[in-house]
Amino acid sequence: MRHVYGWLLLLPGFILIVAFTHYPTVTTFINSFFSNQTVLKPRRFIGLDNYEYMIHDPIFMQTLKNTLYFSLTTVPLSIMIALAMAIFVQEKIKARSIVRLAYFTPTILPMVAVANIWLFFYAPEIGLINQVLHYFGFNEYNFLGDRDLVLGSTIVMTVWKEAGFFMIFYLAALQGISKELYEAAKIEGSSSWMTFTKVTFPLLMPTTFFVMINALINSFKMIDHLFILTKGGPDNASNLLLYYIYDVAFSFFDYSYAATLTIVLLSILIIISLIQFGLIEKKIHYK
Amino acid sequence: MLKLMKKVAMYSVIGASLLTSANADKTKLTMYYPVSVGGPLTKIVDSMVNDFEKQNPDIDVKAIYAGNYNDARIKSLAALKAGEPAQLAVMFSIDVYDLIEQNAIVSFSDLAKSQEDKKWLKSFYPALMENGTTLGKVWGIPFQRSTIVMYYNKDAFKKAGLDPNKPPKNWDEMISMGKKLTNDKQWGLMIPSTGYPYWMFGALAKQNGEVLMNGEGTKTYFNNPKVIEALQYWKDLSSKYKIMPEGTIEWGTLRKNFLSGKTAMMWHSTGNLTAVKKNATFDFGVAMLPAKEMRGTPTGGGNFYVFKNTTPKQKEASLKLIKFMTSPENSAKWSIGTGYIGISKAAYETPALKKYVEEFPPAKVARDQLDFATAELSTYQTGRVRKILDDSIQAVLTDKKSAKDALNDAQNQATRLLKDYK
Repeated sequence: MRHVYGWLLLLPGFILIVAFTHYPTVTTFINSFFSNQTVLKPRRFIGLDNYEYMIHDPIFMQTLKNTLYFSLTTVPLSIMIALAMAIFVQEKIKARSIVRLAYFTPTILPMVAVANIWLFFYAPEIGLINQVLHYFGFNEYNFLGDRDLVLGSTIVMTVWKEAGFFMIFYLAALQGISKELYEAAKIEGSSSWMTFTKVTFPLLMPTTFFVMINALINSFKMIDHLFILTKGGPDNASNLLLYYIYDVAFSFFDYSYAATLTIVLLSILIIISLIQFGLIEKKIHYK
Repeated sequence: MLKLMKKVAMYSVIGASLLTSANADKTKLTMYYPVSVGGPLTKIVDSMVNDFEKQNPDIDVKAIYAGNYNDARIKSLAALKAGEPAQLAVMFSIDVYDLIEQNAIVSFSDLAKSQEDKKWLKSFYPALMENGTTLGKVWGIPFQRSTIVMYYNKDAFKKAGLDPNKPPKNWDEMISMGKKLTNDKQWGLMIPSTGYPYWMFGALAKQNGEVLMNGEGTKTYFNNPKVIEALQYWKDLSSKYKIMPEGTIEWGTLRKNFLSGKTAMMWHSTGNLTAVKKNATFDFGVAMLPAKEMRGTPTGGGNFYVFKNTTPKQKEASLKLIKFMTSPENSAKWSIGTGYIGISKAAYETPALKKYVEEFPPAKVARDQLDFATAELSTYQTGRVRKILDDSIQAVLTDKKSAKDALNDAQNQATRLLKDYK
């Protein structure tokens, strides 16, 4: 009888997970081995053809490269800035709550709104950044129209948006660290850098780990800004994997190739999680 | 007393059943439509639909605003797959091949059976019918349609010693005037190259005497010498003649650039006309695009489609609704409210639009330009083919490839995609 209760309690969550996570994943995996169905061409089994096409698809390779670059820059950058901001507003400074609010503001804004604002920051001639550069006599740049600058520009915007959110976690964690530890460090004559590296940072590791997972997953999910800022252009210089999947599925109607790309994205995320939980977590000091 | 109550109950039952049967007899239509320019367009659509329902009490229309063109298409097709289909929709005019391939729509040539309906099919500007016609049938009826026009700053023209009533007529003039108009604070010209680069490029190619694809949507002409020349001209405007900034130019901020005087001329959709009119602090003009071999622009915008998965009665009602929405009076109302082109000659003969065009002549430039218009790039596998061309244009404008290499590559890729559709 107890068993039945247990299973009944699990059932709602179980149904949701199966319906919205496992079932779609399995059908996506199956779809990636079939050709796309249209009226002119009925669906048929094509084995690994989609995967073969993918390997030779220059846009896929470009988006994969961009996505990895995007993740490997936005994640550490926003974590470092978040930590720095958290430590700064933790201390007793003037107008502390206003500064905290200012740091957190970008998080409140929807991504599409943020992208619209930054579109006008980056615009040549009329854009804020260029007007400032112009005022001080520097060269103007076409941030979103230059293939060397465009991905960097979206990264800067993303870090600006993300860091404030992660700061909140660090702030909470910092307040959880016992004051006695700092008093002890003071009595021992520890420098502030020493205190940070030997006391604060190790005790923040669980938070850093949590933030890192969130940041990495976020970075793979982040595409809203591309719809407004660049549409992946110029010439795919800022295209990211998820945006490309969207394009393939809903602009090209090629659901089976989109399924193939989704499997790749999924595999990447699984590998990341395995590494994080299998290797890194063991080295973290929990209280 | 009891009798009376019985009577009341009986009548109310009869009344209720009559009411429900009247409701059941009502033909219900669901229509999706997009909005991709500013302004209170949903209000105009709602008021038109209300007028229609008043005239046709037996038809019930649910008009659903569905975002931009892409969203509208995705929502319509998703509803179709989910088994709760819409009966009709306004979608991108260039979606036609994809919709045919998805077996989603019926042709108007099959729907319009009576003599009167056939006459109605012929009442629109032929240039607007091009994108909706293939396989010998009409699949889309023009509704919110546009062309590219050239907006220019008359004050800047005066300042540069140019005649403000003589915008450039051809490519060479555009360069020579552009040089005079370019200074520290202002560029001569901006042609947007994000968002819809293939659309702008269609204009340049047509001006050089070429089109980008055949009428069947099975063949592209990206690497014809005249097309390559057109892309080279686009690139030269910035790199050689220095009248346009380098790199790509953003579709979304271009209007602001023009309104704040950072460029003296811009190429943009006529759909921006009302917004420019409302916000310009200087005297501006609207002109047809300049010519090389000839004048030219692609048409753009949205068409009405009727979905296949509908009952005969709903199809009839859909046709009725579309005829109403595209009537000269409603087309005139729509054109004045938005800046989109009135879709038939008769629309411009209505008193309302006649008066508006007299008071505000720029409102007729896009219509007059229809004489030189061609279809917007649209083929089978349209999304992919369009992206190939977009990427190639941007690769040239950002100095990654030469015009010739980029367009040769694009043509090869497009040919490979289209080989099954011959």
